[in-house]
Amino acid sequence: MNLHIYLGLLHRGEQTLASSFRQVSEGHGDEPDIHFLCQSLGGQSEHHVALLLPVVERYGEEGSDNEPERLHAQGLSETRSGPVGLLRDLQDLYVLASLVDITWTVMEQAGQALRDSELLSVVEQCHQETEVQLRWLKTRIKQAAPQALLVAE
Amino acid sequence: MADRITDIWGTRTPFPAGGDWPVRVDFALDGGLSEGDVDQWVQSACVLCSNGCGCDIAVKDGVMVGIRGRAEDRVNKGRLGPKGLFASWQGVANKDRLTRPLIREGDSLVETDWDTAMSRVVERSKQLLADKGPLSHGFYTSGQLFLEEYYALAVIGKAGIGTPHMDGNTRLCTATAASALKETFGADGQPGAYEDIDSADAIFLYGHNMPETQTVLWSRILDRLSGPTPPKLVCVDPRNTEAARHASVHLAVRPGTNLALMHALIREVLENGWFDSGYVQQHALGFDELRRTVEKWTPAVAAEVCGVAAADIREAARIFGTSSSVLSTVLQGFYQSAQATAASCQVNNLHLLRGMLGRPGAGLLQMNGQPTAQNNRECGADGDLPGFRNWGNQEHIQELAKLWNVDPAVIPHWAPPTHALQIFRYAEQGSINFLWVSATNPAVSMPELHRIRNILAKPELFLVVQDMYLTETAELADVVLPAAAWGEKTGTFTNASRVVHVSDKAVDPPGEARSDLAIFLDYSRRMGFTTLEGSPLLTWEGPEEAFEAWKECSRGRPCDYTGLTYEKLRGGSGIPWPCNDDNPDGTTRLYADGRFPTDPDHCENYGHDLLTGAEVEPASYRASAPDGRAFLKTTEYHPPHEEPDSEYPLRYTTGRTAYHFHTRTKTARSRELNSAAPKMWVEISVQDASELGISEGDIVRVTSRRGRIEAPARVSGVRPGTVFAPFHYGYWDSDDGETGRHATAANELTLTEWDPVSKQPIFKNAAVRVERIAKGAGPAPAPLTTASRPERREP
Repeated sequence: MNLHIYLGLLHRGEQTLASSFRQVSEGHGDEPDIHFLCQSLGGQSEHHVALLLPVVERYGEEGSDNEPERLHAQGLSETRSGPVGLLRDLQDLYVLASLVDITWTVMEQAGQALRDSELLSVVEQCHQETEVQLRWLKTRIKQAAPQALLVAE
Repeated sequence: MADRITDIWGTRTPFPAGGDWPVRVDFALDGGLSEGDVDQWVQSACVLCSNGCGCDIAVKDGVMVGIRGRAEDRVNKGRLGPKGLFASWQGVANKDRLTRPLIREGDSLVETDWDTAMSRVVERSKQLLADKGPLSHGFYTSGQLFLEEYYALAVIGKAGIGTPHMDGNTRLCTATAASALKETFGADGQPGAYEDIDSADAIFLYGHNMPETQTVLWSRILDRLSGPTPPKLVCVDPRNTEAARHASVHLAVRPGTNLALMHALIREVLENGWFDSGYVQQHALGFDELRRTVEKWTPAVAAEVCGVAAADIREAARIFGTSSSVLSTVLQGFYQSAQATAASCQVNNLHLLRGMLGRPGAGLLQMNGQPTAQNNRECGADGDLPGFRNWGNQEHIQELAKLWNVDPAVIPHWAPPTHALQIFRYAEQGSINFLWVSATNPAVSMPELHRIRNILAKPELFLVVQDMYLTETAELADVVLPAAAWGEKTGTFTNASRVVHVSDKAVDPPGEARSDLAIFLDYSRRMGFTTLEGSPLLTWEGPEEAFEAWKECSRGRPCDYTGLTYEKLRGGSGIPWPCNDDNPDGTTRLYADGRFPTDPDHCENYGHDLLTGAEVEPASYRASAPDGRAFLKTTEYHPPHEEPDSEYPLRYTTGRTAYHFHTRTKTARSRELNSAAPKMWVEISVQDASELGISEGDIVRVTSRRGRIEAPARVSGVRPGTVFAPFHYGYWDSDDGETGRHATAANELTLTEWDPVSKQPIFKNAAVRVERIAKGAGPAPAPLTTASRPERREP
């Protein structure tokens, strides 16, 4: 049974995403929509962590698994500034959220094979929200890109 | 005739449910004149609010001398409100009018001729297009131009320059109406009609102070209330408005909690089985998710969050759920508050749940704040694509490219149009260097004013302002273009009930002032915008040609104008769109058949997640197979982002008074209206006043994290814990013109935040503190006839 390895990944992924949302919120206070929404979405990811806890308690989790880390997704160390910096920060969030998104997919597959209804109900609730987070990031990135790349100072 | 300053709504003409609203002709004429002295009556409609009352302008010796309501018009049956009576011609016939273009020379604006002014605009515009391209250009327009003018501007922006940076002040007033309609029904378009007042058994006003914002529409309700079969009234408003005084249930919610209340109302309707499951099954999608989302919102839970009685929530829901015909109207209390689109969509959902659409009295009005906001949305001067087209639909882009004979790649459609506050942000960051403001005054009406003033004054921003008066915004311009006013130009416009009126030219504009249409066409000509064949992009000579061009653009779309002509609009009543071969006399109500414009090939957009504004991808929209069904959309309630705390313990909300419109450019120039509401005030509840040691008229300072204002306090019927300020009072007529020392503009305090879907700024929620700074010289200068009237009883 290797489920605990992925529970660890997911747990850390949501935590990293939550703190990165918070960081972007703080770093881009002059962009009110990003400031407020990243605050809300950071809270959402923290809630995912809380929902995941009972499952983690049942199956355990691996703090660092036996597979070597090849891709380092440590979260944003600090935010950038300016229009291109904003675009890059949103893009980093997109990468982190994608990682979480596919990890939820893996978890759903395992949950179905296990017929674990508790796990599946957590997946159902969280995965959908992660999917909306991704869509919002994409919406916002598409809006910001032309101005940042073509005319920004 | 009654004194229409003290008697805002005039004499009652009661009528029963299902009856015809009786005619009552209101008029005003310049001192001493009688109707017999008038040379000519010129047909128009009033532009002092969104109601769109049909009227005739009195002309004598080539000047406007009066106004009279048109008895045959379906909108007002002859009536006019105080603003129409006292600030229509009086608001534009004034010595302060701009009569010549102005250009900036150093610190001052100096008069010049049109050629010099336009050359300066065009030179800068061409230079920037060459250096930086179309994304360097932004346009910020109004809800007060005519249809023809918006359409010209939209074509210039989308087919001439190719910039997505175009919006109107409609973003501040009506963006949520459009968004809520698009999310639920697939396209903009008012489902109901004002006529629904005539037969409704219950009328719900959601954040809509109709007695002050649409006085004539409120007269219609008052006439029902004083008739033999009065409707029940329910009103959601933190203030003790005139509507609240007539209401069976007044829900004085905490600002920022509308969605919680709406969840509870929906839940009650579901729990009690007051919905039409057959209708829902056939005509709507998303029922299960809606039910899940509202499940925990019992009246008791919502009562706690909203600060109202659970019994009142239950009673309001019972009235909605059990009346045989319900009319709902929604306005700024929802649109300018937290989770605006989500809260407004819940109103749509209530109507869908009961199938309460498309028949007399069963109506829904997502209202507009301004007279021509509807046209701004239709024509795409708010950045949307003309004719309610979908920027995410390549076919729609092709249609426009073909219509205008331009390369589809020129039409900006890679992302949603840039909304107003984002346009100002780009200007702040220096990526927009050319901003053209027409018929609006952002230096007073935008949130967080000190920031907006800094942006407008930036030397690297070339600011063009087109207006009738030297507004606070015009004073910061590089070029000021004098515009013709209502009555000085011809055009059409459409009210919140989809009723189209023609407004004919009655007199010449003063001096060298020109119509907004003429100015836009001149710019297009000078810029040399062309079609694919190299012929001029805009060849219209005047408004009627522009209207004919617009008709083609609207063909087959929900807002179909093809059956209308100037001739058809003259002589009788205004006519509601769609008006085409199938509906030659127009269409009073939409969606009688329960078929909605949600087809993926036809819809105006694919929708959004209501919490974040994340777009629904075209493929997943198609997969939802709407097939003419509407969407029961909703999202979780989230508390407002700025809540009261120990430093700023009160909630701040802004709004309007019956006697003024916008930043008072017209209404303060009317002697009667100005003396009815001459100066800024703020409102505070009896309870808060006594805790803070404030008496009526005392001078108070209201401070938020963004700024402060000082004004006399009116102890009014606003809900405890909430401070209200009217947003009309800028600085153009203040004694010293000083913005810093005696700040009075309500928006000095508001925060920059907007609804994630409609992008409408949140003016109705901020945290503030209030302190008494001096004893007053008498009562506050607030009207005694409106929601501002003094309140002495304990709440």
